[in-house]
Amino acid sequence: MTKKNKPKKISPAKMFVYILLTIASILSIFPLYWMFVMATNENSAINSVPPAFIPGAELVTNFTNVINTIDFFGAVWNSLIVSSVITIGVLFLCSLAGFAFAKFNFKGKNILFIAILVTMMIPPQLGLIPQYIIITKLDWLNDLKAIIVPGMIDAFGIFWMRQYISSNVPDELVDAAKMDGCTNFRVYWNIAVPVIIPAFATLAIIKFMYVWNDFLWPLVVLRDQSSYTIQVALRGLIDNYVRDNGMILSGTFWATVPLIIVFLLLNRLFISSLTEGAVKS
Amino acid sequence: MAQVQTQEQRQIPPSKKKSFFSEKKKEAISGYLYISPFFILFAIFGLFPILFSFYLGFQKWNGLGAMEYVGFQNFKWILTDPLFWKSLTNTLYMWVLGTIPQLIIGIILAYALNSTLIKAKSFFRVSIFMPYVTSTVAVAIVFGIMFNNQDFGLVNIIVGLFGVDTISWGTTEWGVKVAISTMVFWRWVGYNTIIYLAGLQGIPNDLYEAATIDGATIRQKIQYITIPMLRPIIILTVFTSTIGALQLFTEPLIFIGRTYREEGITVVLYLYREAFTNLAFGPASAAAIILFFIIIIISSINVFIANRIGR
Repeated sequence: MTKKNKPKKISPAKMFVYILLTIASILSIFPLYWMFVMATNENSAINSVPPAFIPGAELVTNFTNVINTIDFFGAVWNSLIVSSVITIGVLFLCSLAGFAFAKFNFKGKNILFIAILVTMMIPPQLGLIPQYIIITKLDWLNDLKAIIVPGMIDAFGIFWMRQYISSNVPDELVDAAKMDGCTNFRVYWNIAVPVIIPAFATLAIIKFMYVWNDFLWPLVVLRDQSSYTIQVALRGLIDNYVRDNGMILSGTFWATVPLIIVFLLLNRLFISSLTEGAVKS
Repeated sequence: MAQVQTQEQRQIPPSKKKSFFSEKKKEAISGYLYISPFFILFAIFGLFPILFSFYLGFQKWNGLGAMEYVGFQNFKWILTDPLFWKSLTNTLYMWVLGTIPQLIIGIILAYALNSTLIKAKSFFRVSIFMPYVTSTVAVAIVFGIMFNNQDFGLVNIIVGLFGVDTISWGTTEWGVKVAISTMVFWRWVGYNTIIYLAGLQGIPNDLYEAATIDGATIRQKIQYITIPMLRPIIILTVFTSTIGALQLFTEPLIFIGRTYREEGITVVLYLYREAFTNLAFGPASAAAIILFFIIIIISSINVFIANRIGR
């Protein structure tokens, strides 16, 4: 909307809109702030009336307790490995498949593409138990491979890449490269890849965040402390008999902060990536 | 699609080098090669498990010994288990409690964000979207502590200001559902807001200008322009949030813990408990199959309603 069709003076409507958005923002940020407050306070300060609302001095103590309870850095490291490897693998495999669907001719192409779209509609829980059995048979239990290898399957990514390549990589360029004797892979690597960097960014954010935050599947196949991803490890914090909320929220806070910082730095890219993906599919 | 057709009509340039395969064949081989990783991985970790689930649903098996064919016994067992029905009704209640307010408030916030009057728009956008970046586990842990059963729990202190007695959020029928729905609501409302905002920005301004000239009120504009134009996006969000709600797992698991209290157990949690706590793979698979059909039925109803309204 442009400015000219609305009056500029402060109307009650404007006040209302501001109040509404301010309340919404406060409610959105408050739990994160509160997490920080609790992460820096003693358990007793949390369990008192009124509870603490300003940061305390127990930042280090609480986090030391976290490290003594779970292998925090090990779990973060596992999460980083799993998320990065899957993201890179998915970017490569999906762009390659998307490129084939967008620019090559082969028999059954359209049916295969539709088959990929259909797989998106199957709820992931349907195959959960046999998947677990397969992982057991492969002896991949407690092994990050159990997350990484199945994680490479990404129907949405192929769909997304095909759409992007179809409309952004000109056929003429592909043909010209082929005339010059480029192999098909060279055409993909030298012609398509440089053009689809924005699509890579979008897919990378969606995928990385999804894997970083995933819980059910890692919970099923990672049973050993040393293989935990951060989400599974966080659950270990609340499983204790003695609930030290300062410690619990300290772990939760420090596990949340890295992603929030990246989000704040790249907020435009994040928001457009995560929502565009949904709208366009 | 247009892209595909033009490409089929296009002539393949003659190859410069002599080679065993024609250019066309090479292209086809590369094509199959490039898409094969998906199909190979999906066959192993997607298709086979799904088919095997349907097989397991008719077997008795604890994961170790021999399987035994039991016909529809597992389904009968699940469908006569009161806890399964409890988990199903819980899931449906939390679907309604978590989804409907989320979508309504999402539309209102998107409408507010879209109004021209607003400064600091990107600040509001970022803060409202932030919960979505927080992991579900973290959300469940934080809200779990806020919804403490005792009178010193943060939510109890807040409702206490309004004269409400201390509520035992973790153990009462509605307490559990409200707490879990709040977690879902908080994490997703901003996400839906931004999606609606994208939809609102896609509505041509001329429509509003024309309506203003015709003397339409704000309410009329919302009713006759905004809502109909947003319809595809509303359908999309209803669809995705419904499927998400039917698969609710992390929040209840973290909130009610290993006790699987029946006030908060959901269908996926029930399935998880059958499979990985009770090692009853047969009934668990049966539950997964039932869940699959429930999702299909509810999705079809969604599509049916979406096609009926707003014509």
